[in-house]
Amino acid sequence: MKEKQSLEDDMRKLQKIVEELGSGKLTLGESLKKYEEGIKLARDCSAALNDAQRKVELLMKKDGKFSLEKLNETQPEEEK
Amino acid sequence: MPKTTSELAIQPAGLEKTRHVYTVSEITQDIKIILENTFAEVWVEGEVSNFKVATSGHFYFTLKDESSVLAAVMFGRANKEVKFKIEDGLKVICFGRIEVYPPHGRYQLIVERVEPKGIGAQQLAFEQLKKKLHREGLFDLKHKKSFPLMPFCVGIVTSRAGAAIRDILQILKKGAPCVDVVIRSVRVQGELAAQEIAVAIEDFNQFKQVDVIIISRGGGSAEDLWSFNTEVVARAIYSSKIPVISAVGHQINITLSDLVADVFVETPSAAAKIIVDKKNMLLAQIDSYGYKLASSITEIIHELRNNLVALRHMLKGPLDRLLEKQQLLDELVAGLTHNMRHCLDITSERVFSLIEKLEALSPLAILSRGYSLSLRLPEGVIIKDVAQLKPRDIVKTILGKGAFFSSVQEVIRDDPGSS
Repeated sequence: MKEKQSLEDDMRKLQKIVEELGSGKLTLGESLKKYEEGIKLARDCSAALNDAQRKVELLMKKDGKFSLEKLNETQPEEEK
Repeated sequence: MPKTTSELAIQPAGLEKTRHVYTVSEITQDIKIILENTFAEVWVEGEVSNFKVATSGHFYFTLKDESSVLAAVMFGRANKEVKFKIEDGLKVICFGRIEVYPPHGRYQLIVERVEPKGIGAQQLAFEQLKKKLHREGLFDLKHKKSFPLMPFCVGIVTSRAGAAIRDILQILKKGAPCVDVVIRSVRVQGELAAQEIAVAIEDFNQFKQVDVIIISRGGGSAEDLWSFNTEVVARAIYSSKIPVISAVGHQINITLSDLVADVFVETPSAAAKIIVDKKNMLLAQIDSYGYKLASSITEIIHELRNNLVALRHMLKGPLDRLLEKQQLLDELVAGLTHNMRHCLDITSERVFSLIEKLEALSPLAILSRGYSLSLRLPEGVIIKDVAQLKPRDIVKTILGKGAFFSSVQEVIRDDPGSS
């Protein structure tokens, strides 16, 4: 959830910076600052999307309470 | 004749003997036995009319065709199994038995099973439910929820042992390993499946941590996919606050869950691919942003550099200025010299012409042609008129070459009137 929220925010910021920088209304100093900021945002967003640390879990419910149970991913494949 | 008469008179008595008079109950009983034995298991085809559901839950209706009607009743026990809605005008085939109902002296068809004519019962039920949900607006586009920019956590409602989950996990692992998966394992066929699927969707909504829900099962027959055509599942999808992808079966049959879902795809793999595509599109977008940033900054710097060059050009150094002035000076000097020379030339030309003129006027030049000039001494005045002379005056005469003195002998006056 946290990742998603920050990605949406970052993408929005990034888009804004791209527009600002493209408008040509900034001073050189401002431009360089925005450029650096934009490149950092782009890098962060890419990193979030290229992250390969996924989890696969089973949602269990007992007495109205939820719990997550790790799923051994190779298991279903071996079953078949 | 009398005999005949007596015979005739006897005749009724004989008839009386042979005729069997039923009571109403007896005949009804006989009819009941005959009819009910003869029509103990029958199929009857007809159109439903006057359909009513009694408070007891029994169905009462009439089957009719062009020329006849047949009363029919379907008891609550039997009609619970009917998957579709019986309504007036529907053409049906009923299986059951004929029963005679003595209190009304009527016979009727006791319906055990009913199926719609032409299409299967399930198909009809599906169409009817579809129509109902459509009327309620469950399929309206305005209710479709929009997807998050990137679903980083996907909830899947399916059987953990099925092929669907295997396909989805494989594609996500390969294409979008940034996505976490939470599986709510349910039965995906059989009587209990629909309820379990519906509850699982509600569970995910309570759990709240997933960005999108995929409900899925692999391919199968229409019956296998039936759970996804149920009202309870359709309503659960409709009520979900989290967007739902329906990915049921491997066939073109559209289930109700497909229609209610925010997005539907034909296979479990396709559902996973939606997420992978989303990720790839975002990455491409980020790349293009990065490219735009780089080109913008390059352009800004390039433009500044051009400006700088232009400014430097405008801002000339002192040396340049000196050289420029020197050049101007050189040009002026050259001009001046030229003008002076011109001026001198003109002047000298004039001098020469004056000299020539002067020379032409010189008396010496005239003398050389044989003229002479006489001066009276001692004053040395030029003699232009004899009136200036008197005898014995000393005269100096200058010739072209040399001069001589002489003394005046006589003065001769010209007669002014003679010439």
